[in-house]
Amino acid sequence: MPALRIDQVVEQLGLAIDRVMGEGSLYDKDLAALAILQARGDLIEAIFLVRAYRTTLPRFGNSTPIDTGAMQIERRISATFKDLPGGQVLGPTFDYTHRLLDPSLLSGLTDAPEVTPSAPESTPRVTDLLNGEGLIEPDFGAAGEELNQPVGDLTREPLEFPLDRDLRLQALARGDEGFLLGLGYSTQRGYARNHPFVGEIRIGEVEVELDIPELGFAVSLGRIKVTECQMVNQFKGSATVPPQFTRGYGLVFGQAERKAMSMSLVDRALRAREFGEDIKGIAQDEEFVISHCDNVQATGFVEHLKLPHYVDFQAELDLIRRMRGEFEARQDETALREAAE
Amino acid sequence: MLNDAFDRKTAIDTLSAAPPTALADLWAKLGIAPEYRLVRGPETGLVMIRGRAGGGGQPFNLGEATVTRATVRLASGEVGHSYALGRDGEKAVRAALLDALWQREPQRIETEVLVPLRDAARQADATLRDETAATRVNFFTMVRGDD
Repeated sequence: MPALRIDQVVEQLGLAIDRVMGEGSLYDKDLAALAILQARGDLIEAIFLVRAYRTTLPRFGNSTPIDTGAMQIERRISATFKDLPGGQVLGPTFDYTHRLLDPSLLSGLTDAPEVTPSAPESTPRVTDLLNGEGLIEPDFGAAGEELNQPVGDLTREPLEFPLDRDLRLQALARGDEGFLLGLGYSTQRGYARNHPFVGEIRIGEVEVELDIPELGFAVSLGRIKVTECQMVNQFKGSATVPPQFTRGYGLVFGQAERKAMSMSLVDRALRAREFGEDIKGIAQDEEFVISHCDNVQATGFVEHLKLPHYVDFQAELDLIRRMRGEFEARQDETALREAAE
Repeated sequence: MLNDAFDRKTAIDTLSAAPPTALADLWAKLGIAPEYRLVRGPETGLVMIRGRAGGGGQPFNLGEATVTRATVRLASGEVGHSYALGRDGEKAVRAALLDALWQREPQRIETEVLVPLRDAARQADATLRDETAATRVNFFTMVRGDD
């Protein structure tokens, strides 16, 4: 059987590539494809390989924050507002399709995508559009001090709980899709209920800019694809602030809609402390969620159990033999006493 | 006047975004073989990509990307830099050379390299936009229990 080529994996297993880039926390399609091939399709193993690779490279700097409002849109939908400036486009999705196996793929033939001539159009974020009335919690407060806060980095400093939202978002962005999906689901089933609506999901490419000291200005490094989910949830107000919708946010490398949605549900649940909500559901427990969402750490600790533990186990064997000895001695003693009586 | 920081930024942005094969073809067509020295690189490293909570709020670290950079000095004195996503060292050196040459002969590099690159990028964006536009939908609401 001829070996798969990297470019075939990149082009034909795009969503697997995106998952490895997101949870491997390294945007590089060819490396993700190489990892998937080497791991024979085991995505968690591939994520491990990518994480190991990144530790070998120096860091040149931090990008200026990406502007998802200026995205080249490939998909954009809202479940809350049907008429949006810029419109709703489904893009490459499984939604509203038959979701049955398609035997025509066996022949190796695929149709060219349909096109509709179009003009460039601005597609502002839904949450920005609706803030005229102040019904939805804004991105930052009146003073705007959130905008220039120092940014924590969990790859550089160990986590100290409680965390600020920046570190939580970093951990969730690289967290395991399945774990976050389950936690997001739990919030819908009533464990940390917050009545979510998808304000907007958008997928597409955004520019990445880096300040270059030797040039004295920022340059574009190129574009990356990301998925953003704005979850709009029920209300919070106080004596001084009128009730507003609250929000959860998801942002993930590549096309990763399920992950971005799960992330936004869990982000909102983890804001319980900030909103003074009772912490009743596991999805609201920051230390539990963040400590267990990383699949490289989780797989390392679970799978280390299969390594030789002969000495540890020998100690346990000695212990149980001693316990059994004591148990039997007690039994014999009781039998003797009963016989004597 | 081409030769100011804004135009140089635009030139470097165009070179970073260029597909490696397109850049190699245009470089070959340009037919300049300048005398130069590699000052730095090409070397591959990481850039931490940041996002903002909610899209416009508190910044946070989203994840890293591979980036390759190079710096060259032409025998005529101009220093060129390049930074681009990916791990392509040849592209990095070519882009740095073009940044240096752009400082020496801006008009020629604009016409023979940057304009074709921008045209191709615009075309690719337009194709994607048209494919996306073909999936546009109009949702409508049905009124329930209205009798």
